[in-house]
Amino acid sequence: MTKMGATRDGYGEALLHLASNPKVVVLEADLGKSTKSLHFRKAHPERTVSCGIGEQNMLLVGAGLAASGYIPFASTFAIFTERAFEQMRNGVARPNLPVHVCGSHGGTHTGTDGSSAQSIEDLAIYRTLPNVVVMHPSDTVSTRELTIQLAESKSPSYMRTARNKTPVLYEGRETDIKIGKGIKLREGSDVAIIACGVMVSQSLKAADALEAEGIHATVVDMHTLKPLDADLIDELVSTCGALVTAEDHNIIGGLGGAVAEHLVSNTFAPLERVGVNDRFGESGEADEMLEVMKISTPYIAAAAKRAMARKS
Amino acid sequence: MTSVDELKELARRCRVHIINMVHRAQAGHPGGSLSEIDLLAALYKTQLRIRPDEPTWEDRDRFILSKGHASPGMYAILAEMGFITEEDLKSYRVLGGVCQGHVDMKWCPGVDFSAGSLGMGLSFGMGSAIAGRLENSERQVYVMLGDGEIQEGSVWEAAMAAAHHELGNLNVILDRNRIQNDDFCETQMRMFDIPAKWRSFGWNVKEINGHDMNEILKGLDFLSSSNDGPSILIAHTVKGNGISYMADNPAFHGAAPNDEQYHQAMVELGEVSA
Repeated sequence: MTKMGATRDGYGEALLHLASNPKVVVLEADLGKSTKSLHFRKAHPERTVSCGIGEQNMLLVGAGLAASGYIPFASTFAIFTERAFEQMRNGVARPNLPVHVCGSHGGTHTGTDGSSAQSIEDLAIYRTLPNVVVMHPSDTVSTRELTIQLAESKSPSYMRTARNKTPVLYEGRETDIKIGKGIKLREGSDVAIIACGVMVSQSLKAADALEAEGIHATVVDMHTLKPLDADLIDELVSTCGALVTAEDHNIIGGLGGAVAEHLVSNTFAPLERVGVNDRFGESGEADEMLEVMKISTPYIAAAAKRAMARKS
Repeated sequence: MTSVDELKELARRCRVHIINMVHRAQAGHPGGSLSEIDLLAALYKTQLRIRPDEPTWEDRDRFILSKGHASPGMYAILAEMGFITEEDLKSYRVLGGVCQGHVDMKWCPGVDFSAGSLGMGLSFGMGSAIAGRLENSERQVYVMLGDGEIQEGSVWEAAMAAAHHELGNLNVILDRNRIQNDDFCETQMRMFDIPAKWRSFGWNVKEINGHDMNEILKGLDFLSSSNDGPSILIAHTVKGNGISYMADNPAFHGAAPNDEQYHQAMVELGEVSA
């Protein structure tokens, strides 16, 4: 039985771990129970700032704290961070203040709340901001490790976590996890599947299915979209010669966009992008949404074959 | 102790800097710089615990010019206080200059927040005030808002939150000059009873004439002595104050004087004879 966990729980654990640093402060916008910052709040109410349902204010309270030497971690739903995009742009990214924003409940995987809650553009918009680190980890362990590493970072960040459980991949492999370094979870020479977040485990399943057909796939967990691990992509181009990206995010501007941008200016290889095809979601269970959005395992496997067929 | 006459003279010199900057750049925002400058002169000279030779001193008082376009006023007082030089003022809006179009903490010593987009400074000030409280510091945070600026909804997110957290070290000065970019506030967006709005959000409120130095000093005393929660000084000012043709004139929110107008301004400020 595969051990399961929600990445948001990894975030909550990390904040508690970081509490021994007196400079770490937690900001909430009435969703601490959901983003899992509540554990920190219970243990350290004096270093937890309730901003009410006011995300614009929250991000800049973070900026003020960061400019005074504190390390603020602010969380809300991914979708609600977006209403504070200009605050993130002008008040956090532009002065390069290390405010760490966590958007939980990202992607269509969020499920039955429906399209209003299913952020499919968060990774794209934050990726356009200079100075900002953008991450979307795949399991509780990597979310925990990456969040802990953020406390040492001098840059602002945006990290998407997910509401629903996914397989735990990195128990005992904590030292493999580093901001900006993709992780090869499986190696094969026919095609490389580069995935983030909830799509990593889907991609591993797709690789199993391909293997049964005699196709050997590499699977990479690209938990950091920015700065992108360009060296690893170049290596995959030379070892596999065909790439697939897989993300629970609009096909425009996210992981697929980031990889495509790198390829067109460097060593070219055919790329197939699996993602939300520029449409909004709807209410449905997490697994149902991956089917409706055509991003589940069979779609990744099919994309891998298309990419291989385009090899010259 | 700086006398009222000395403060008036300081503000006059700042007005000269302001007109020089916008005339040289042929761009910028003289109106809101002239309305705020008496307040800035008194605040910097009599209240702020700051070190011009150590602008990033951690325990300094913070001043956040949330109406960041009114940067000539802030650059003028920063030069008078010694954070930057008078030569630096010539870099206003010039490529590579410390005096960026809107105040920027990455470019100019003494600037605590990169502003320019309205409705952001009070939230940043709230974060700065929480930091001071966490450190048990006596330091104060001052945020200057424009009156048009409080049409931004995010100001009220911050106002509500600052009162909820009882941030007695957070102080706002509202430059109530009654004019915004396009026209008079009354035309663009009526704001009705502004003092009542802040009171109802849980703030200590005092109103003053923002060009009367005696009233300004009393107002600043009110801010520093009100520690049971956030406080706001609503300063009734005249946009473009000190230059006759700019005063109360929406055209000079964001326009520079031509050479003839520049000469007249220098005459009115006593820099040259007619």
